[in-house]
Amino acid sequence: MAYEGDEILESVTNKEYEFGFVTDIESDRAPAGLNEGTIRLISGKKEEPEWLLEWRLEAFHIWQKMIEPKWAHVKYTKPDFQAISYYAAPKQKQVLNSLDELDPELRKTMDKLGISLEEQKRLSGVAVDFVMDSVSVATSFKEKLAELGIIFCSMSEAVREHGELVRKYMGTVVPRSDNFYAALNSAVFTDGSFCYIPKGVKCPMELSTYFRINEAKTGQFERTLVIAEEGSYVSYLEGCTAPMRDENQLHAAVVELIAMKDSEIKYSTVQNWYPGDREGKGGIFNFVTKRGLCEGNHSKISWTQVETGSAITWKYPSCILKGDYSVGEFYSVAVTNHMQQADTGTKMIHLGKNTKSTIISKGISSGKSQNSYRGLVQIGKMAVNSRNFSQCDSLLMTDTCGAHTFPYIEVNNKSSKVEHEATTSKIGEDQIFYCLQRGIDEEKAISLIVNGYAREVLNKLPMEFAVEAQKLLAISLEGSVG
Amino acid sequence: MLSIKNLEARIEENEILKGLSLEIRPGEVHAIMGPNGSGKSTLASVLAGREEYVVTGGSVDYLGKDLLEMAPEVRAREGVFLAFQYPVEIPGVSNINFLKAAITEIRKHKGLPELTAREFLNLVAEKSALVQLDGKLANRSVNEGFSGGEKKRNEIFQMAMLEPTLAILDETDSGLDIDALRIVAHGVNTLRNRERSFLVITHYQRLLEYIVPDFVHVLYQGRIVKSGGKELALELEERGYDWIKEEMAI
Repeated sequence: MAYEGDEILESVTNKEYEFGFVTDIESDRAPAGLNEGTIRLISGKKEEPEWLLEWRLEAFHIWQKMIEPKWAHVKYTKPDFQAISYYAAPKQKQVLNSLDELDPELRKTMDKLGISLEEQKRLSGVAVDFVMDSVSVATSFKEKLAELGIIFCSMSEAVREHGELVRKYMGTVVPRSDNFYAALNSAVFTDGSFCYIPKGVKCPMELSTYFRINEAKTGQFERTLVIAEEGSYVSYLEGCTAPMRDENQLHAAVVELIAMKDSEIKYSTVQNWYPGDREGKGGIFNFVTKRGLCEGNHSKISWTQVETGSAITWKYPSCILKGDYSVGEFYSVAVTNHMQQADTGTKMIHLGKNTKSTIISKGISSGKSQNSYRGLVQIGKMAVNSRNFSQCDSLLMTDTCGAHTFPYIEVNNKSSKVEHEATTSKIGEDQIFYCLQRGIDEEKAISLIVNGYAREVLNKLPMEFAVEAQKLLAISLEGSVG
Repeated sequence: MLSIKNLEARIEENEILKGLSLEIRPGEVHAIMGPNGSGKSTLASVLAGREEYVVTGGSVDYLGKDLLEMAPEVRAREGVFLAFQYPVEIPGVSNINFLKAAITEIRKHKGLPELTAREFLNLVAEKSALVQLDGKLANRSVNEGFSGGEKKRNEIFQMAMLEPTLAILDETDSGLDIDALRIVAHGVNTLRNRERSFLVITHYQRLLEYIVPDFVHVLYQGRIVKSGGKELALELEERGYDWIKEEMAI
């Protein structure tokens, strides 16, 4: 896919910044640079309580003493953290009058993904009264969720309306001192999502559905917190299969999940950010810290991710299995093409007894990209009778790409069992010819073969999303065998 | 329907076909026999359009069109089917989805509407019975974990589904026990009709007891050196290929 040229980027990044900042912030932009003043400015603009300002400042002081991690199998020019503006009010963008004004290449991709016209308009910021519709739909969802006591709102709203919950849980799974990017995020995050499922409530809808209608923005330093109380269930979907363009090169999000006794959180991500051009210029750096805590006994956290975008992906959605009999799962498909670099995987930290984790990672590399799986399975002394099964497969589409597997396994008791399987295969000329001979062209053949390869993971996605993700895989790899 | 004239082809530096000519009319079954390395499988690959094989001379006319000019998938859509000697496994892709994709492409090419789910499933039920293919196999990943015999039956099942005009069977009998051989032959015989032609490539006469050919050709050193009726196959079985080699040497 060729999303080359600044024009394209320009036309699609100028998206409506719809929600989040409700206060009067029309034309603010903090001067570039990061210091205490910047943080006071952000906190002040958002009218945050004193405790949060203190919390941010402490994070900033921690961050100042840290250095960027270097262990990942990725190469890039270090961002200049003093050249970034950490607070920018939504810009009034040039509103497109119709989809005809949208870049044709982008439209073609959206069509291929099967994204409806309405949705295309919303994603590309075309001004239509459809926005009214979506607001009313969103509102009715919101009412339904409120009846059940479910809180689902922006992080800013949560800080205002549910400050105690935020204060109690934020930073408990990913401490501010956890890593360089988590510390940075804690100091300067501007918004994100908050979700709270009360005791015994099974959230009746994919929170994705709501999310997609409600929100198209991707913040540079997002912060997400999901709390599932005892016996509750929630399926949360982050991201979008539509190509997402963003003017911020550096993204450092933090996601924290907390699952109490007998609860289950299913967190699915589809990430399709701008990967840069064929030479690797201009793509997004995605440094994310995602972690879930299975706090209570018999709780379960399941991460499913389909990663196709970004120039650099540095991401390890992890589970801390603290409760006895708790379960952690990680299902991942990571596609890299052209000059993309992905270093992604998971950590499964077994602390409770009889805990169980499953890791299925499917890497697909093409072009000159580098695709690494990095995973840690750690079973503590007290985590007796625990189990892990890991399967890490790599599929190579060209001779110029690279696939790497870095599994780390630590088992500290004798009753636990860890299994690790890894395979690397090259997409077969024979498989493609077999398809051709049955009348299926090469593009469809690759799509079939790749989707077959990733099926175990795609099956874990919510239904309506799985279909789009399948198409996305095919599009991401278009013209990649030659 | 198929007219091959002086076909020459090579793979890498090796010349394999050195002036092969063959005429097949609608409804005929032609068997190609020959010793190892004579070029039998190369002929199948060239007709199907495998990239590694480079055609260096000659022509192939298929239903009035230049077959060699067509991309492999277009040949397939125009009705050329190859039952592979070594069917390929495609993990995670169900046999059914695979066939659905193939049929959709072929029908689109012919300007026919897509089959409804019901029509398609009825067709699957009908055709899989033809080769006694367990319904479960139809839902499994393409050829994955299939036994040798199941893979070959699956090829014939696919052929039945795709209803080709020219079917090329590349050593479909290799690795089959006698029961599987009968099943495969029954499938093929059921599909014989006045329009559909077959090119059956085989090492052994055994298959030709079940699929009785109209013509038998002996391929040797990249050329057809002898042609005859079905009795030629029996003669080859009895006398081996040496007498042909001797005849050639004279």
